[in-house]
Amino acid sequence: MARRSAAIAGRIAQAIPVVIGVVVISFLLTRALPGDPAVQFAGAAATPESIEEVRRSLGLDKPLPEQFVIYVGQLLEGDLGRSVSTGRPVATELAARLPASLELTLSALLLSCLIAVPLGVLAATRPGSLVDQFCRVLVTAGVSLPTFFTGIVLIYVFYYLLGIAPSPLGRLDFIYVDPPHVTGFFLIDAAFDADLETWLGALKQLILPAITLALFTLAPIARMTRAAMLAALSADYIRTARAAGLAPATVLYAYAFRNALLPVVTTLGMVFSFVLGANVLVEKVFAWPGIGSFAVEALVVSDYAAVQGFVLAMALLFVFLNLLIDLSYSVIDPRFGTSSK
Amino acid sequence: MTIHRRQFLKAGAAIAGAMPFARVLPALAASDTLVAVTGQTINSLDLHRTGTNRASYQVAINCYDRLITFGTKTLPDGSLSFDYSKLEPELAESWSVSDDGLTITFKLKPNAIFWDGSKVTAEDVKWSFDRAVSVGGFPSTQMKAGGLVRPDQFTAVDDETFVIALDRPSKLSLPDLAVPVPFIINSKVAKAQASAEDPWATEYLHTTPAGSGAYKVARWDPGQQLVYERFDGWTSGPLPKVRRIILREVPSPATRRALIERGDVHVSFDIPDKDAAELSEKVKVHSTPIANTIHVVGLNYDFEPFQDANVRKAVAYAIPYKEIFETAAYGRGAPLWGETEEIAGTEWPRKSPYVHDMEKAKELLAASAYPDGFEVPLSISTDLASWMEPTALLIQESLGKLGIKTEIEKIPGANWRTAVLVEKRLPLHLENFGGWLDTPDYYFFWAYLEGNLFNSSNYRNEEIEALTAETLHMAQDDPEYAPKIRRMFEIAMEDIPRIPLYQPALNVAINGADGYEFWFHRQLDIRTLTGAES
Repeated sequence: MARRSAAIAGRIAQAIPVVIGVVVISFLLTRALPGDPAVQFAGAAATPESIEEVRRSLGLDKPLPEQFVIYVGQLLEGDLGRSVSTGRPVATELAARLPASLELTLSALLLSCLIAVPLGVLAATRPGSLVDQFCRVLVTAGVSLPTFFTGIVLIYVFYYLLGIAPSPLGRLDFIYVDPPHVTGFFLIDAAFDADLETWLGALKQLILPAITLALFTLAPIARMTRAAMLAALSADYIRTARAAGLAPATVLYAYAFRNALLPVVTTLGMVFSFVLGANVLVEKVFAWPGIGSFAVEALVVSDYAAVQGFVLAMALLFVFLNLLIDLSYSVIDPRFGTSSK
Repeated sequence: MTIHRRQFLKAGAAIAGAMPFARVLPALAASDTLVAVTGQTINSLDLHRTGTNRASYQVAINCYDRLITFGTKTLPDGSLSFDYSKLEPELAESWSVSDDGLTITFKLKPNAIFWDGSKVTAEDVKWSFDRAVSVGGFPSTQMKAGGLVRPDQFTAVDDETFVIALDRPSKLSLPDLAVPVPFIINSKVAKAQASAEDPWATEYLHTTPAGSGAYKVARWDPGQQLVYERFDGWTSGPLPKVRRIILREVPSPATRRALIERGDVHVSFDIPDKDAAELSEKVKVHSTPIANTIHVVGLNYDFEPFQDANVRKAVAYAIPYKEIFETAAYGRGAPLWGETEEIAGTEWPRKSPYVHDMEKAKELLAASAYPDGFEVPLSISTDLASWMEPTALLIQESLGKLGIKTEIEKIPGANWRTAVLVEKRLPLHLENFGGWLDTPDYYFFWAYLEGNLFNSSNYRNEEIEALTAETLHMAQDDPEYAPKIRRMFEIAMEDIPRIPLYQPALNVAINGADGYEFWFHRQLDIRTLTGAES
């Protein structure tokens, strides 16, 4: 057990240089961006004097090292700075928008796992069968359809033509009011509030974008499940288990599936990080007030603090996620943290 | 600013009468609530703040009053538009200009109140004007256009009398008070929130408007929506019919289009030309050419070949205007080429004398110092690609036939303003400028004077410099005005540093509502909106 805690502590310690690197790189990269924020924010009819005025008021007239010191000083106080384009502290913006993205991404991942994992297992146990072919078709379709395209098609069919989906107007239709803020996840907050009406409203808004993203994430998860299951099923220990006369279900789930889970969880982590960054297009199509659209807006107007805050938040999220995945290994794989691994 | 959730629900339930909401609201929406969608993000409720974007100007219009406003006229197609030639009272009951034109005295409406019930006083006007000229950046620049530069120009004589002292008489001073910038803030509320490092309460007003306008902000979820609620004590105009207007931000044009076609929203603001052309068969679409605004091809004098008048004219004759107008603008807006008559009026924008004539273009180029053509990059912005890209491709093809080789250079949106307007370093580029004060001299001031921001061509002509300076503040009915303006048109078309292409349109789709009025500031004025005629 001590070994395991040491391994976990080691993992956490590894994250620190990563975070420092992210701080430095995000600072330098945002400065390397094309575009002059002072020009951008001085407005339509700015004169050179007013541009200079804006530059001074944003603190951009100071030399880079000084700006960096100020930035790090603020960071240490937990201050991510203020977004010029929205006029609010970056931390507030992120706190308001991250839950929206997370709720969408997690729902989509849950949905795609519910479909992809059983499908992958079925396809692996019956290679070449109809299920296997179906799995292949779905996977191909999933990766080859860009998310914004799937999104628009779904809106066209289910909202525009059939009229069964709600208006694609973000997290809640305008007739509802946000549930009281607890976690920022509308489904959870509405449930806390015991407000069925809002909960259903939030769920309805979530269905189409979640399906759009799920279609996209299905592919890697199903592929990985199938491959890992195939590898596991052909392993020696499965042959031994079968020869020992264990029930097929036990062999499949307790032996093969558990071993196949490791690569699947790894894939899941990668898919999650990838999708959280990539769902900006889905957010645009469904008017989802997530973190992706915030970051893109910030980039377009060279809003330094917002971009840095976004990169930093994402980095921390990924570090945390990787940690979580590593810890989940320790649950799945009893050898975790031992040298025999 | 945020109404409490329960109150909001209760208010909704009171009108709706019964649950479920979902089915009730669309029926009720016709008279009581309107829903509008836009692709732009409102990033502040205070126009004076540094970083406030154009989409946010609408809060200044809908939630605050100015002293005066422009009148309304009916366009030939039956839709409403602002009328630059008519100034009407908003917060001011009346005003008078002294004989020397240096003093403007306003009498405020005695019964005008802010949302909190307190009286609108001249002191509030002074504080608001002081703020607009002191905060710097865009608001101060815009105030300067009307000759309003320093706080000592403004005096609150008594509660209802406000006086502006001008350094020189100008025809732009009064109209400049009707643009969104000089809005009147409740100074008592704002001052209570001000601090030593934030004397103008920008922090507070950024999220919490304090005005006397027709609508209050009931709710603002940045990046998502803005909910306007009518202020029933409004005295600056006829009380709007709609009690609540919900403005939702929907970035994807395809989604906005589905929403308006399905009738789930009533107004889709600022839609692309393509959607406007296609939607006009299904819902009502207003496409109004934007006042004082021209899409142009800029020829930069810093690039040697463009110093040759024959080269500039050759380019102007080589541009396939009609194709551009149809491909890039889907025929929305107003054509600006092929003027055949003598310059008679002083209307602006006006058509250029150029047409698509390759023979003439070849002759002109042959007569120039570059008979075999030359190479030049053609720069466009990725943010404005929807009109710039097709336009650039058509120009590229046509110039190619003259031997002028162009490579299309796409500049990222974040860098565009710096490259084209501040550094003015793009030899051949597409550009656009629109002036809020709708007179030709104002346009010339920004776009044809050396060093001024929108003169992306580095153009300088002594006569234009002199004429602009003379006409900028001159009254439009001055007998000298029209001849001088006509002379400016003549020179601009002869020298052609900016080749006019077309006047773009602002497209607004309406489904189940009415009363839309076009404004030069290109923002949605919700005060005139009504439910559908039934």
